[in-house]
Amino acid sequence: MQKSETLRSFLIATWLGWQIESNWADPFLFAIYSIVKPLAGASILVVMYSIITGGAFANPLFPYMYLGNAFYIYVGAVMTGVSWAVIDDRELYRTLKYIYVAPVRIPAYLLGRGVSRFLTGSLSVLITVSAGVLFLKVPLDITTVDWGLFLLSLFMGIVMLGLMGLLLGSLSLLFANHAGFIGEAAAGALFTFSGAVFPIDVLPAFLRPVGYMMPITYWLELIRRSLVGGVAQTFPTLAAFSNLQLLGILAALSAVFGIISFYSFRICDRLARERGLIDQTTNY
Amino acid sequence: MDKLISRTPAPLPAFQRLTGWRLFIASVIGRSYPRVVGMQREKSWLLFDVLLPLLSVAAYVFIYRAIKAPAEYVGFVVIGGAMTAFWLNVLWSMSSQLYWEKQTGNLALYIIAPNSMMSILLGMALGGMVSTTLRALMIITVGSWMFGVTYAVSSFWQLLLVFTLTMTALYGMGMMTASVFLLLSREAWHIANLAQEPVYLASGFYFPIRSFPFWVAAGASLIPLTMGMDAIRQLVFPSGASLGFASVSFEIAVLCVLCALFLAGAKLLLDYMEKLAIREGRLTESRR
Repeated sequence: MQKSETLRSFLIATWLGWQIESNWADPFLFAIYSIVKPLAGASILVVMYSIITGGAFANPLFPYMYLGNAFYIYVGAVMTGVSWAVIDDRELYRTLKYIYVAPVRIPAYLLGRGVSRFLTGSLSVLITVSAGVLFLKVPLDITTVDWGLFLLSLFMGIVMLGLMGLLLGSLSLLFANHAGFIGEAAAGALFTFSGAVFPIDVLPAFLRPVGYMMPITYWLELIRRSLVGGVAQTFPTLAAFSNLQLLGILAALSAVFGIISFYSFRICDRLARERGLIDQTTNY
Repeated sequence: MDKLISRTPAPLPAFQRLTGWRLFIASVIGRSYPRVVGMQREKSWLLFDVLLPLLSVAAYVFIYRAIKAPAEYVGFVVIGGAMTAFWLNVLWSMSSQLYWEKQTGNLALYIIAPNSMMSILLGMALGGMVSTTLRALMIITVGSWMFGVTYAVSSFWQLLLVFTLTMTALYGMGMMTASVFLLLSREAWHIANLAQEPVYLASGFYFPIRSFPFWVAAGASLIPLTMGMDAIRQLVFPSGASLGFASVSFEIAVLCVLCALFLAGAKLLLDYMEKLAIREGRLTESRR
């Protein structure tokens, strides 16, 4: 059966991205890399929390923080995966110009490259969550997890993150300096506003609207509700919303970001072609 | 005769005849110049190196506020957040720099040129230190203003000494590890990436290192930032001493040892790795 150009671009990019992400080391070193990095990040939070609370891991705030931090790994991974592909192919492999002249749909190609980071990110999330359940008494019981809500939220969230990554990727087409870090930088900035590790109520009142405008805020709330329902609803920030309402808000905000990403890509792509930036090598 | 005279090469300009320590100093200045001047020309560093790190600092401050931590921990986070700039600079612009230079083709030129590689690394270190100090100071200034952090410096001279020793040891460590990166290829990026968070954790960027069991904290003290940050916090916060891992004078002594260790290690390892890389033909290798 003949695959559409978009689907073919997406699948090939996914396979290519996975090869790039995973074959730089032997499986043992890759496994260490996959375990150490996320656990070190989570451990910073755990140590901070345990110093102040004296190890009160039963407090609902702890699973709120821990799970939010664990699933936030996806934000950096997917957004960076999509936007970094521009830098990787343009500056390092110097193949972006060839991809442009090939029968490839560039947005689908970039989104496919993000999928590989989703896969490696999933490994990190799994390891982090498992460590929390096994060693830190995170109250996650797989028999009480709302799997339907979890899988639906996860899928919607990954699509949303991919679209946000495409927005950053389109900007990366125009930037030289610092473009390589744009995904991680954006993820780091959104970490503060999205209620990932503390309820948005902790933010000063004038900053809270930023958090409410971010689809990541609702996505993380849905993930927490699906995994540890009772704990997640202890915090009043989004307690007034039902799961269905949260899904609706997430879908609406994702659509908004999708439209912005689509137009942003069209504009940046045209500008990059006009300015001859597709094959630039900055060596930055 | 006139024609003959006119064909005699003009004497070399003074900078082309530099040898010995003059060449060393000139190389240091030459390599630090683009770091000090070049990066300041690109104004986007204000966004990427000041504003975004400040948002990360803010996140950790709000975490402490969410769990109702004492106010001094906010100051700990601001200092730690500023010091991340140095760690990132050492990691990405010192340790892995020779790998990047290899990728861009500059490394072979460094080796061919008559200057020593130590002068190149020292130039990178000094240039990076100056520009990163500027960024760190901005993070501390703005972060302290945003979160109302106050300082009570107990000894300015000790503070200056601790900072200088910490930077010397840290960049010495960066110079030492840079030589290891000479041999790396595609994995260099991932290994540098891997070293980021574990050092944030082990060195106590966002909490006092005393919270760790003694031997864990002692092991982490091999990273100069661990002792450096602990001493700085003790010297600038009234309650810092009660949360310190060891006395400031002991930490100064350890930092002196680390300075000597890492600078000597950098020289020895660089000489060895350079020979090894030449023998194995890795200096111009560019596996992507």
